[in-house]
Amino acid sequence: MAAVKFEQAMARLEAIVGELEKSDLPLDESLKIFEEGIRLSKNCLKILEEAEHKVEVLVQDKNGKKRLHAYSSDDTADESSS
Amino acid sequence: MFTVSELTGLLRVSIEEQFPDFWLEGELSNLRAPGSGHVYCTLKDRTSQIRAVLFRSSAVRLRFALQEGLQVIVRGRLTVYEPRGEYQIVLDTVEPKGVGALQLAFEQLKARLAAEGLFDQDRKKPIPVFPRTVGVVTSLTGAAIRDILAVLRRRWPTLHILIAPVQVQGEGAGRQIAQALADLNDWGSVDVIIVGRGGGSLEDLWSFNEENVVRAIAASQVPVVSAVGHEIDVTLADFVADLRAPTPSAAAEAVVPVLTDIVERLRELTVRTGQVMLRHCAFERQRLDAGIRGVTDVRFHLQEAAQRTNDTVDRLRELVQQLLTFARERVHEVQRDLSGLNPILTIKQGLATVPQFSKRLEGQMGVILAQHRHRIHAMLAQLNTLSPLAILGRGYSILQTVPAGQILHRASDVEVGQELEAQLARGRLSCMVTRVCDDSTV
Repeated sequence: MAAVKFEQAMARLEAIVGELEKSDLPLDESLKIFEEGIRLSKNCLKILEEAEHKVEVLVQDKNGKKRLHAYSSDDTADESSS
Repeated sequence: MFTVSELTGLLRVSIEEQFPDFWLEGELSNLRAPGSGHVYCTLKDRTSQIRAVLFRSSAVRLRFALQEGLQVIVRGRLTVYEPRGEYQIVLDTVEPKGVGALQLAFEQLKARLAAEGLFDQDRKKPIPVFPRTVGVVTSLTGAAIRDILAVLRRRWPTLHILIAPVQVQGEGAGRQIAQALADLNDWGSVDVIIVGRGGGSLEDLWSFNEENVVRAIAASQVPVVSAVGHEIDVTLADFVADLRAPTPSAAAEAVVPVLTDIVERLRELTVRTGQVMLRHCAFERQRLDAGIRGVTDVRFHLQEAAQRTNDTVDRLRELVQQLLTFARERVHEVQRDLSGLNPILTIKQGLATVPQFSKRLEGQMGVILAQHRHRIHAMLAQLNTLSPLAILGRGYSILQTVPAGQILHRASDVEVGQELEAQLARGRLSCMVTRVCDDSTV
């Protein structure tokens, strides 16, 4: 799940910064996790950029099948009239 | 005279006419609920008791469970059960005394579900920090949905929101809410669900105390945040939810962080990663520089040492060369002086013996030479006797053609007029052929 991935990526990024700031790692280790950190940072940003704002309503059609339709202020009117 | 039936019938009519509708307070006891769905009990006070029956049609309308010993206020009518000649109250409504029926039902269900462990803290699932899709179970017409959407949109403008619309009060609302929770779970991509409604009376909020709603929240694989009414309203949905928010707006705030904060946090972490790495590299660079300086120093020392070594080696090489030359010369000397002798012996015996040997060699060589000289003289004398010159000495001569110098063996080899030279033992004669006498023609 994207949300979990993002949460884990952020947590790992925090951990990496912490580890790097302790600065008792040998240079090659530092470089390795630094690269990982940069990769995570890019991925996080990508996930944020990819997200698209959508408000949808889960409804049941005549056959009892669930489907989505975009939410609009009309939904409120429909409901209140019924 | 009456029959039993006649009298019982008259009593029944009399009693029913006298007590068609009344209120009564008493304590419930001898509760029995056979399969028929009717509930039988006894209402009593300190000194008396009356039988009572709650028929199925009335029993299902009860929101709380009847309990032994419960102090109740009932409304009903009095009648006679003729087969037994017993009078009893046919109950219409039963209300717990002191608290409202809903309140009692709430407490009863709460106690039962708590005993099942449905409200245990260790059942609660963590709310994801960064949900991508938020499900909302509420009415599309209420204030709650507007509040929730406004807050979610403000905090995380790119959020995906999935609304499962339901009635939040009235008959069937609880069933719809439970179904919507199941539907959002089935949908698969929902990270967290907000379930709730705006404020209202205890009756209005009652759906969120219904057992099927509580169980649906408990069964949800997706974490559920409850948001029912105002802060003071507490429903069983709040007890079972993974997180209780005091209001719908608060629920929206609880499920998503502020996007700009997260972007800022991400930016800060990235910058810090870079900074700390740069610092690290700079530090390592310093160490490297120091190391290079150290190496340079060592190299300088090495060069110096190498120079000294070279000098030493040169000197050594020279010395060795000298020693070699000296040794070789000495060996040559010895070889020259002591050829034919065992050099090891010679060396062992030392140079002092050399002159002695030389003298002995020279002496020996002289003897050998004299012997050879003698032999050569003898051989020369022997050779001399075989020399043609010696034959000439005995009066013979040799004829040779001139200028070819061919030695003549047969007279036919020359013609008249051929110039010849005759060699004698002493001197030569130039001759001319005047006649050729060939013995073969004679």
